Amino acid sequence: MAEVLLPRKMEIPNDPSKFGSPDLLHVLAVDDSHVDRKFIERLLRVSSCKVTVVDSATRALQYLGLGVEEKSVGFEDLKVNLIMTDYSMPGMTGYELLKKIKESSAFRQVPVVIMSSENILPRIDRCLEEGAEDFLLKPVKLSDVERLRDSLMKVEDLSFTKSTQKRELETENAYPVHSQLKRAKI
Amino acid sequence: MNTTVVAQLQRQFQDYIVSLYQQGFLDNQFSELRKLQDEGTPDFVAEVVSLFFDDCSKLINTMSASLERPDNVDFKQVDSGVHQLKGSSSSVGAQRVKNVCISFKECCHVQNREGCLRCLQQVDYEYKMLKTKLQDLFNLEQQILQAGGTIPQVDIN
Repeated sequence: MAEVLLPRKMEIPNDPSKFGSPDLLHVLAVDDSHVDRKFIERLLRVSSCKVTVVDSATRALQYLGLGVEEKSVGFEDLKVNLIMTDYSMPGMTGYELLKKIKESSAFRQVPVVIMSSENILPRIDRCLEEGAEDFLLKPVKLSDVERLRDSLMKVEDLSFTKSTQKRELETENAYPVHSQLKRAKI
Repeated sequence: MNTTVVAQLQRQFQDYIVSLYQQGFLDNQFSELRKLQDEGTPDFVAEVVSLFFDDCSKLINTMSASLERPDNVDFKQVDSGVHQLKGSSSSVGAQRVKNVCISFKECCHVQNREGCLRCLQQVDYEYKMLKTKLQDLFNLEQQILQAGGTIPQVDIN
């Protein structure tokens, strides 16, 4: 069943100032199960994340611009803060996807979380060794997602807008935006 | 709004859903699904279980075909189907279906075709049974809403 899943429209929050807000974590979720895709998407929305869901590792790579023809054009703006992928998928597994992501210069910094219904220790070890951020047993819990989100929000310092508002007074034109980001990431 | 009618319907709903948990049709994961539903997404649970039942139907057909000829059973394919079914039943809280899948997997591993066929029949029975039960549950929900009431959050612990 070849299903074309385009990136979903973001749910627009009621607060207009939050439209297109960079403060929301953007999660790319990968799962071949329709049921699990619907479930993880909901978990992530409830946790206030932007969500893009795809049904295969191949499509995930396409989305990231890491497909067979590597296109560097137009993907600089693609901000994915977290990738959550099922382990067992037909074709390319989540493990293989993890490896490809870690091999890419553009996305190796993006944390990758593996989800699996099977609690197989060697599998978990292998994934963690390959650089997976975490390994979650399915069915994934809301508390798992919230925990991930919270730890990533700290790392990305996505609340930098609050701290930069204070800094604006002193440093308004002194630093370009990208170094403000770097300084905020302490 | 007739508060007596609403209260009666809510009571009916509560009793029914509790009985589904007690009889093992549903497990805690179903209540986790319900928690994710809100006024903005009133059909979330119904949509997820609908996808699950679609999965059941498709996978059962595929596995049935794989098991059909006694001399040529692709146990790997059957196992793959059971694995998927086990996964999605687990995700929606369909406990009885999931439990049959556990036995089913065993039959695949030892390449027991007769056992597989029995499990297949059982899984078919269980998912259809659950489908009927949940349809009744969703109907009760609709009746409550139409009567102007709200659907109770049920604590099963």
